[in-house]
Amino acid sequence: MKRRSLMTTVAAVAVMMGSLGAASAQDAIKLGAAAPKTGPLAGGADVTHWPAVRLWVHQTNEAGGLQLADGPALIELIEYDDQTNPQQAIQAAQRLATQDRVDFMVAPYSTGLNLAAAPIFSQLGYPQITGTNVTNQQPELSAQFPGMFFVLGRTGVMAEDTAQVLVDLRESGDIGNRVALVNVADAFGIEMSGISRAVLEENGFEIVYQTSYPLGTQDIAPIIDGAKAANPDAFIAWSYPGDTFALTDQAIVQDFAPSVFFTAVATAFPSYYGRFGQQAEGVMGMGGVNPDDPAFQAFAEAHQELAGQGPDFWASASTYATLEILGQAIEATGSRDRAVVMEYLQDNSNSYETVLGPVQFNDMNDNERYWTVGQWQDGVFRGVAARGRDGVSDVVLKDGWD
Amino acid sequence: MSAREIRNLILSAMAFGVVALLPFYDTGYILSIATTMAMFTVLATSWALFSGPTHYISLATAAFFGLGTFVTGYGFQTMPYWSLPLIAGVLGAGLAGLVGMVTLRLSGVYFVIFTLGLAELVRQLVTWVQNRTGQRGMYVLTSITERDIYWQLLGMAALVFLVGWLIGRSRLGFALRIIGNDETVAKHSGINTALAKVLLFMVSGAAAAIVGAMLAPRYIYIEPSTAFAPILSFQVVIMALLGGTGRLWGPVAGVIPFTLLWEFISRHAPNQTLLLLGLAFLLIVYVLPGGVVGLQARLKHRFGQGGH
Repeated sequence: MKRRSLMTTVAAVAVMMGSLGAASAQDAIKLGAAAPKTGPLAGGADVTHWPAVRLWVHQTNEAGGLQLADGPALIELIEYDDQTNPQQAIQAAQRLATQDRVDFMVAPYSTGLNLAAAPIFSQLGYPQITGTNVTNQQPELSAQFPGMFFVLGRTGVMAEDTAQVLVDLRESGDIGNRVALVNVADAFGIEMSGISRAVLEENGFEIVYQTSYPLGTQDIAPIIDGAKAANPDAFIAWSYPGDTFALTDQAIVQDFAPSVFFTAVATAFPSYYGRFGQQAEGVMGMGGVNPDDPAFQAFAEAHQELAGQGPDFWASASTYATLEILGQAIEATGSRDRAVVMEYLQDNSNSYETVLGPVQFNDMNDNERYWTVGQWQDGVFRGVAARGRDGVSDVVLKDGWD
Repeated sequence: MSAREIRNLILSAMAFGVVALLPFYDTGYILSIATTMAMFTVLATSWALFSGPTHYISLATAAFFGLGTFVTGYGFQTMPYWSLPLIAGVLGAGLAGLVGMVTLRLSGVYFVIFTLGLAELVRQLVTWVQNRTGQRGMYVLTSITERDIYWQLLGMAALVFLVGWLIGRSRLGFALRIIGNDETVAKHSGINTALAKVLLFMVSGAAAAIVGAMLAPRYIYIEPSTAFAPILSFQVVIMALLGGTGRLWGPVAGVIPFTLLWEFISRHAPNQTLLLLGLAFLLIVYVLPGGVVGLQARLKHRFGQGGH
């Protein structure tokens, strides 16, 4: 053990000295990242956040770094664990900014951690381009934190679009108007359930079953029991990863197979298809991508190669896109000066080429073009509803679990 | 008041004065660590006020803390900001009183388990209400800076020390020490043990709720899963035990080294933080069974004898 750690130290020193020599022409751009490596959200960050961040740094360095006015600069990534704890997220951002003196920071993972870190980003003038922050508070947040940008989309829009998918299916005569609506009893689930219920009722749908369950609940069987007994045409669950898997499992066990089966977060994870295989066909969820887009295909392939796992079909790409946006703003200004880059980002007339397609921010720092609903079709989670994106696929009805 | 007590009081006041000047020196990294330390100082000291003399280990800190953050979350738009910590304190004391009356008849491990469950219970209650009313995650967007929060916490710390000192001198403090040593004896001496315990539990519950109310603007986004995170309760116990609960200043002697150690490990081993923290804690318990207070007593004892 001792010898090994000594060897590691020697190797680390050697690498550091080597990199010092290489960087003498142009210092590396330091990029700080704090996100969960432990705690409740570590699993999600491991799928969505860390691989996308490391992939962008890796690819950018392979390509010779970012082009500044005085020559190319490589990127040095500094990672911290925020332990899924707002207290630690604040301290880690502070540490990156004032101790490691990083030039730029990757926005944290999840809505809560992004908001906890927002004052630090804002006070110290770091752009905070968020890829995993879904909220409806863009007007208030961008007023308070003018350096905060939103790539993933709005909660309200996602709930509306999900309801709209049902409306469209009924118009075309594919389903009736009986809906079972369940949600995880948590800020996210409550908000989404409320919005989708309002849209559905407005359109004359009948909510034949509605319930909620606490976060982390073990016994999901009664929910599927109740939903099945109500005999709905569509089942909508505003669920989190654990319950997304549990609800699907239980529906298969009880052979509850409505024409529309929707579970929210984590349905877009490759592990969802890995677990359910053919049975996942026709399941709908939040997010989606255009898998026929060569930009996404290249991203997915590189992701698989570097991380040993594919990206998820929703926020992986938007996390990666936040760094593409940052990189393009740095290159366009040719500067590592945060104030200059910030000014460029805040200029609404600028647009960015990303894996999501072109991205442009409105006057609330909000990206208005994103995927809202996806569906597993032939082993790929295709976007079936979107705002302002090309390549929307048609919805197919779910035809049983076998 | 003896000359020695007056001297201690003046020294403590001076120490607080010096610490309060910190934001003029640094408003970044050091202040953010100091804010964390101030927060844990209040939580651990108020925890030890109750658990120190009675030896009842309470894991309910997160319940009171979370309650406090929700008071600010609900109230900051409609009520004057200064009133929120007060309301949180009253609610915290109320909850502690209610819970105390029911559970402080339990002793030992039963009490520990109940208090651990309390945070979960309150979290589920809040969630249930939110679910019923269609309420969502709350955004506490204010102009309050870290510096303001730091000063508020320092003021709160001074208050907790003062209350602790007063209780230590009072009949209540004496009663609690007897309860801690032998509850049956205390009862037979005519002490109303239930009342004494409930009163102290209310003090520590109120303090934790006030800290929660003060910290809500720092977290900005308030949701039950982070506001009631059980890890907070454990951190407070660990820090207080590291410092030692025999003296009023004991928990601070745990909070400062533990926060620095946590920061050091987070910075230098970001991939093994929890593992190393666990090892550090095992080592501390093994080497310092009585905490820093115990170490001081041991040293005093040894050198006191060596002098003869």
